[in-house]
Amino acid sequence: MQLTQTTLAIAIVAALAAPTAFAETTTGNAIKDTLKPSANWEGSLIVEGIYFDSNKDEAAHEEGEEEHDHEHAHLPGFPSGGHDHGMREGLHTGHIEAVVSGNINDKLKARVTTGIMETEDEGLEMELEEAFVETQGLGKGVTVKAGRFFSDVGYLSSKHNHEWDFADNPLVYKGMFGGHTNDDGVQLSYVAPTQQFVQVGTELFKGDKFPAANSDDTVGAATVFAKTGGDIGTDHSWQAGIGHWRADSINDREGELHSHTRADGSIHAATPSFDGKSSINTVNATYKWAPNGNAQERNFKLQGEYFQRDESGKIDLVKPDGGLERTLDYDGKQDGFYVQGVYQFRPHWRVGLRHDQLDSDNTLTQANGKAATDHQVETTGLATEGHTPKRNTLMVDYTPREYSRLRLQFNEDKSTPETDQQVMLQYTHSFGSHGAHGF
Amino acid sequence: MKRFILAVSLLCSSALAHADLKIFACEPEWGSLAQALGGDKVSVYNATTGLQDPHHIEGRPSLIAQVRNADLLVCTGAELEIGWLPILLQKSGNAKVQEGQPGSFMAAQQVQLLDIPVKVERSDGDVHADGNPHIQTDPRRIAQVAKALAERMAQLDTANAAHYQQGYTNFNTRWQQALQGWANKAASLRSTPVVVHHKSWVYLQDWLGLKEVATLEPKPGIPPTTAHLTNVLQQLQTTPAKFVLHSAYENPRSAQWLSGKAGIPVVMLPSTVGGTPAATDLFTLFDDIIQRLTSVQG
Ligand SMILES: [Zn+2]
Repeated sequence: MQLTQTTLAIAIVAALAAPTAFAETTTGNAIKDTLKPSANWEGSLIVEGIYFDSNKDEAAHEEGEEEHDHEHAHLPGFPSGGHDHGMREGLHTGHIEAVVSGNINDKLKARVTTGIMETEDEGLEMELEEAFVETQGLGKGVTVKAGRFFSDVGYLSSKHNHEWDFADNPLVYKGMFGGHTNDDGVQLSYVAPTQQFVQVGTELFKGDKFPAANSDDTVGAATVFAKTGGDIGTDHSWQAGIGHWRADSINDREGELHSHTRADGSIHAATPSFDGKSSINTVNATYKWAPNGNAQERNFKLQGEYFQRDESGKIDLVKPDGGLERTLDYDGKQDGFYVQGVYQFRPHWRVGLRHDQLDSDNTLTQANGKAATDHQVETTGLATEGHTPKRNTLMVDYTPREYSRLRLQFNEDKSTPETDQQVMLQYTHSFGSHGAHGF
Repeated sequence: MKRFILAVSLLCSSALAHADLKIFACEPEWGSLAQALGGDKVSVYNATTGLQDPHHIEGRPSLIAQVRNADLLVCTGAELEIGWLPILLQKSGNAKVQEGQPGSFMAAQQVQLLDIPVKVERSDGDVHADGNPHIQTDPRRIAQVAKALAERMAQLDTANAAHYQQGYTNFNTRWQQALQGWANKAASLRSTPVVVHHKSWVYLQDWLGLKEVATLEPKPGIPPTTAHLTNVLQQLQTTPAKFVLHSAYENPRSAQWLSGKAGIPVVMLPSTVGGTPAATDLFTLFDDIIQRLTSVQG
């Protein structure tokens, strides 16, 4: 691990140095030139501008709610993923990504991705999304990755924001993993020497990221995944995958503060804190069509993923002074899927449709063996309010050149009991070398 | 039980009989060349067809599996496959075919390239920094690649080194003869002014002495625009062209538009093996190219 830490440190330094290079230059190739002489570095910067309009946000403000509900828009029946920012209304810069990558030697590559975002409440926020070293051509189909990286457990899990076909991520990702699926750890993957593509892999994580938290174990979360795929003639290609994620010793996974004024005027406030284990099973499938294998003119992509989570353990309701209000036994089942199709009907123009749906069946029990009261369930943040979260999305995007895209998207968001009509106008531009995208 | 043993022994023997040099060819011209040189000692997988644009291929699962199993990668290089080959190399976990290894053969490194840009900028379009990679339309360069490729195959599969050397000698004898024939047939094409869709024919132009007077793409990789086409049409008033060339995988609309306005014929050329039904190997590819060019000249 010594090597990993050293290379990680180098990579991080390079990432921090990078913004200076970006600031001084205007073209992508100037960035490339600036970064190239030192070593075999390549850099890129992805800039997003976004306009967001939501009818629900206004209503929430008008009602004078003290909390910014939309910031941590909560999915009924799903434990809170914590650090997921909802979109800010109006016109502003969105998710900015600075990527630096390069070869360390002929067998080792490094990549660092820093996400930068300005949020309404917390100002400028930076997140080290990925910082890893990865082997290339180790042999026998084996690839090892170490550092911080996006998990390969699902299809979209390893993809960065700008690789999404919509302006936002499917609800099920938000529900299952909060924001990103990244964590610190190692990944081992193997491609079998078969005619058909077959890949199996495993990841060992520190287990600090939702739905894991504060593990006592060295390996706090782990995954196994398998993918297979191939072509049908020259026009069709496909991939299917299964994955399993688990964390067996989750400690003090905090949910959102529950706070309201009681009828007698006193204030009830408590924060749920989960101890126990959580596991996720997932399947995904992707199909692509391109006439003669030429995707430039016309192509179609259909993809879907299903996730199912089992959680068990106990939830402490912790009072603001740190005292314990009560402990509930928790047995949770949550699942969800999305299915989306994107059709490029003529060069540069695409239209896409997506459907999201979530469901949950959580059982909470008091110490005396009785079912928890509605109010207790509400305090844990696991109440469904009899609601099944859903969302329908329509998007149209225009990509005049490979590195710039304008997208218009409409969401009919029923992820909470109150239907929200959302409009998004997104502009994405990338500077610098742009790595190839996977399937 | 007997049948089982028979099946197993058959499987084993067929596995031995197929202990070939497994070749992953990025483009069909190199697959065809490798097959011609290696004969029954090689098995060739073509990653693209003659009807695909090799600039824009996706790193699909099927391609990762094929790179995983390859002993030798035969590609154009010079950044032609920059959008898809790196990801295949990364994901395959195959040590043999990585850049710099004997199992990585880049045809563009074996020949002199044309169109080497002074500067590379996005504002100039999809410029290939190392030079124009579309070398396969010059048979003289194919001959140079053939020699180097046969040597590489011999280096990787030493047991069959003599076979590859022989394969090259046979190929080259036939090729030099064919070259002479094509040169004779195409002699009348020398100095013919042409319009091309993409800058993919500079090596053909270099070989046959065609003169490119305009491109339908305003800049390399940028699709033709009405404004640019109008400019080309105007330009043709003063510097006329004999015909407009496009490749089998390019949309013919722009070429047809110009053809209609300027009154010059469109010639669709296979840019590689499989681009037209007639172009079944490297020999018939150039037969077809010369045939199509000379027939339109009439
Ligand atoms: Zn607000």
